[in-house]
Amino acid sequence: MDNHLLKTPLYETHRRYGGKIIEFAGWALPVQYSGILDEHEAVRSRAGLFDVSHMGKLEVRGKGAYEFLQELSTGDIGMLADCRAIYSLLCYPEGGVVDDILIYRFGPEHFFLVVNASNINKDYDWAAQNKTDAVEVTDLSGSVAQMALQGPLAEKILQSLTMANLMDLKFFHIERNIEIAGINCMVSRTGYTGEDGFEIYTSPAHAPNLWDAILEAGRPYRAVPVGLGARDTLRLEAGLPLYGHELSPGITPLEAGLSKFVKLDKPDFIGRAALAAQYAKGVDRTLIGFEMEDRGIPRSHYPVESGGREIGYVTSGSYSPTLKKNIGMALIEAVGAEQGVKIDVVIRNKRMKAVIVRIPFYKKHYKNKRGGIKP
Amino acid sequence: MNIPVDLKYSREHEWVRAEGGRASIGITDHAQHALGDIVFVELPEPGAEFGAGEAFAVVESVKAASDVYSPVSGKITEVNEQLAASPELVNSDPYGSWFVVVELSDPGEFDSLLSAEEYGKLCKEE
Repeated sequence: MDNHLLKTPLYETHRRYGGKIIEFAGWALPVQYSGILDEHEAVRSRAGLFDVSHMGKLEVRGKGAYEFLQELSTGDIGMLADCRAIYSLLCYPEGGVVDDILIYRFGPEHFFLVVNASNINKDYDWAAQNKTDAVEVTDLSGSVAQMALQGPLAEKILQSLTMANLMDLKFFHIERNIEIAGINCMVSRTGYTGEDGFEIYTSPAHAPNLWDAILEAGRPYRAVPVGLGARDTLRLEAGLPLYGHELSPGITPLEAGLSKFVKLDKPDFIGRAALAAQYAKGVDRTLIGFEMEDRGIPRSHYPVESGGREIGYVTSGSYSPTLKKNIGMALIEAVGAEQGVKIDVVIRNKRMKAVIVRIPFYKKHYKNKRGGIKP
Repeated sequence: MNIPVDLKYSREHEWVRAEGGRASIGITDHAQHALGDIVFVELPEPGAEFGAGEAFAVVESVKAASDVYSPVSGKITEVNEQLAASPELVNSDPYGSWFVVVELSDPGEFDSLLSAEEYGKLCKEE
């Protein structure tokens, strides 16, 4: 089945660990190993290792790199120091979202963008269209392997494999050129689970050995490999958006509740005029979180109603393994979209009661808070 | 893959256990394995009637919702309420976790169902 699909450097490793391979954004990736519920619980209580090599990587270099990224993204690149990362949006002039990305700053003229797998070509073209001759954009996707070790025991496990002091690596900080299990890596304290953890970048050739070494070091802590299924339930509980669901060319960051990542007072950027106008006027639609009161699991695109009138649709929904409830996010009319308000989710032509709750559904109580969290 | 020889099977991965003029219906070990962790089961009301091949229930894994099709025609006489409270039983004991009991309207339909051996072959081909 996998012949026409792209394979990460860990494809054979996933098969060896019993991963159940599915197609995702053109890639052959494991949806699960032991089971989504098991893997989800492991990340919340211990640690889990994810292959995220399918994520796109664009390198941005040159004298004009800083101004270019200021213009392209909604975040303030002026606030970004060397070896730090920010979460940011790329928007169209109309305010809709091209992609949501991480921007790593290596130096004043050297940046590294981590983008969604499904958007690599679109982002590269968008960057190429909007850049000047003083900027060089290189697609490094496929030549960098990426994995994420996430969970309360992630630091303890990774620390056992390196001389670098990971305790001092703060949230959204980067450590370049460190050795983990004797392999040269870049590490950032970032993730997509709502837990503490790291994303680790290395060369494709070294990825299988690094994967094995991390799981071996994690064995006493019962760390497990984790597939895309639990990656989705973890990010949903943490209220993190997924491109194509909570974000799209037809949804602005303000509608998606990401206004804190839109720096309207920084130098001009693509989409600023439209977003400033929307901000001034107020949004017509807004992203909300909800919990089901009736039995039933909400899924993407199910209609949301209030008093028999359609007011929006579900963007993501699932059974929440941590909360043991059925939860979802929905884009609905902003008027009246307050916590505690009852709504109906239409599941298989039946109206099922739900109540609006705050996002995130699950919030980690960090022992030692290390700065801001991605959304 | 566990495929008990005393049951009949559908191509859509349901099992049927005949008990006089009635039959209990569930989903197979192969089906529960393919679905993964089952977190929700929606059952019909007793008294509802279904034709062979009609969807009569829904199972939801963490990832997706799937219809369960009735391999035979008949009227629902009992539903297994235990599955509503504990859907994970479908994973741990697929052949003990019957969804419904049906009063058969056409016992002849049984002949068109697959034997354990035939069903085993079908699973291998998939």
